Amino acid sequence: MNIQTNMQNYAGRSLVDRAMRGLTVVATALAIIPLFLIIGYVLIVGGAALNLDFFTQTYQPPVAVGSEAIDPATGLPIDSTLSGSGAIDPATGLPIDPSTAGSSEEQPDLSQVEARGGVLHGIVGTLMITIAALLISLPIGIMAGIFLAEYPDTPFNTFIRFCCDVLSGAPSIVIGVVGFTLLVQTTRTYSGVAGAIALTFLMVPTIARTTEEILKLVPNATREAAMAMGAPMWYATLTVVVPTALSGIVTGALLAFARGAGETAPLLLTIQGNSNLSFSLFEPLAALPLLTYKYIESPFPAENQLAWGTAFVLMMLVLGVNLLVRITTARIKKG
Amino acid sequence: MAATAHPAHSMTVRGLKPFYAKRQAVQAVDLDVRAHEILALIGPSGCGKSTVLRCLNRMHETIPYAHAEGSVKLDDLDIYQAGIDATLVRRKIGMVFQMPIALRTRSIYENIAVGLRLGGMNDRLELDRRVEQALRSANLWDEVKDKLQLSGLALSGGQQQRLSIARTIAIEPAVILFDEPCSALDPISTLKIEELLLQLRERYTLVIVTHNMQQAARISDRTAVFMVERGQEQPVGLLVEEGSTEQIFSKPRDRRTEEYISGKVG
Ligand SMILES: Nc1ncnc2c1ncn2[C@@H]1O[C@H](COP(=O)(O)OP(=O)(O)O)[C@@H](O)[C@H]1O
Ligand SMILES: [Mg+2]
Repeated sequence: MNIQTNMQNYAGRSLVDRAMRGLTVVATALAIIPLFLIIGYVLIVGGAALNLDFFTQTYQPPVAVGSEAIDPATGLPIDSTLSGSGAIDPATGLPIDPSTAGSSEEQPDLSQVEARGGVLHGIVGTLMITIAALLISLPIGIMAGIFLAEYPDTPFNTFIRFCCDVLSGAPSIVIGVVGFTLLVQTTRTYSGVAGAIALTFLMVPTIARTTEEILKLVPNATREAAMAMGAPMWYATLTVVVPTALSGIVTGALLAFARGAGETAPLLLTIQGNSNLSFSLFEPLAALPLLTYKYIESPFPAENQLAWGTAFVLMMLVLGVNLLVRITTARIKKG
Repeated sequence: MAATAHPAHSMTVRGLKPFYAKRQAVQAVDLDVRAHEILALIGPSGCGKSTVLRCLNRMHETIPYAHAEGSVKLDDLDIYQAGIDATLVRRKIGMVFQMPIALRTRSIYENIAVGLRLGGMNDRLELDRRVEQALRSANLWDEVKDKLQLSGLALSGGQQQRLSIARTIAIEPAVILFDEPCSALDPISTLKIEELLLQLRERYTLVIVTHNMQQAARISDRTAVFMVERGQEQPVGLLVEEGSTEQIFSKPRDRRTEEYISGKVG
């Protein structure tokens, strides 16, 4: 054996090795940089839009800058009746000024408008719809997951698994259309329930598959120990296997929640949106993703700003839930 | 319940053929388990000891594609006869596994109470009494009496194995089956379990699978030797010899037993 040729091979191989490693670093950076850009941008721009009103107020039409301006001389707000109402016609984007109403020919300066109000209605709506969806999805998803994991060799099982895979891969606008056709058209009204049920279609497969995966991790010996005590299969599953896997199931539920909270398309066609705070699931509701969409479409830069704020809140919600997932899974691993 | 006269339960196995799907894993087994004895099943790995053991309380069929043919009698009752509920069989014929299983979401107390609750017992005082009794019988009470509410995972492997035994005892079975109960344990824990098995023999009929011949020699009254025949396309296990442990280890009748005992095979 010639050790010299081996050495050459080695040099070549280590070069390739280093090149490949370099490539993985580049690829990782390419993947991560946009992520940080997105998060950073939302944090900075969205963070700037936040204030107390943002969290405590609902939608209010924007007003022209200065309508609430303080008179430096008196320290009192300048009476808005003197300088016009300040309110803006949302349809035209024009200030509703009694003196010029209907006769203004000049282009309005859209940037001279400040947004008022907040997104409390969106926060409430999103929480209500997503929690309702979770409450519907959990029993269905967990039972489906148990069925997938504990009774694996049946044709029905293959069928359920296929449905889960198709559903979790379905474009969410399709889910929206289905929700619209099944729920909105038949009940003749947009509503929070319709949105929640539409989200259920997306959440059930997530919950079912995570439940299945986590149940498969429960050692068979645990099942056998329960059965050796004379427990029937279903009893062993419910009282021993599922509790053992509980934290994993919670993780699945949280992931499903995060997914549901961020969905736009299914809600767009089912809850319609609502400018007012509503606590009824049977009325049209607002939701953060929809508000983001609405505000970013707005002609007023100030309202675009609100879109970033909404995006910020939404992202914090999803990040927070994911953090919770991290913590629970860390606990699972510790045992 | 009189502490003196424990009911005597025996088992009779005739023509037992365990299958995995279409494959018969062990040739037809005839075996007797006498009341208040420790019967050891020994043999090289893969010869079907666990499979046969699991047929004795119908655990075998919990594997979806597995089934068994033949007859296994507990006293006069054939547990494979039509209309017999396998879950009830398992309450009469308990089983302890190789890996100590502390049900992880449950406290030490609940690890034992779960089986009692399953039998419909709900009275708190009665549960307390039976849990204590089971833990005492498993020589574990003194070590855990102050931490009954802690997770079973807080115990050492040997303690967890005794917890598993206590869980089985609590249901008051007639026969207890052990599948290599010590092979995951250190020597000291192993000795404690062996001591416990000798005590339990007074009250139950015991069958123990072990790959440890010294263990079989130390604690069992009778021994059944299994071998695996590799002639066929699929290896098939078979029972080659059954006899008193003394006879098996001193003058085995079968050449294969002799070779196995003297360490030439296995
Ligand atoms: N779950 C199973 N599925 C299919 N075959 C199995 C299964 N468990 C054991 N076997 C087969 O049955 C035979 C006996 O195995 P086993 O009873 O575990 O032997 P032992 O306990 O003596 O080591 C082996 O050939 C093994 O491959
Ligand atoms: Mg075995």
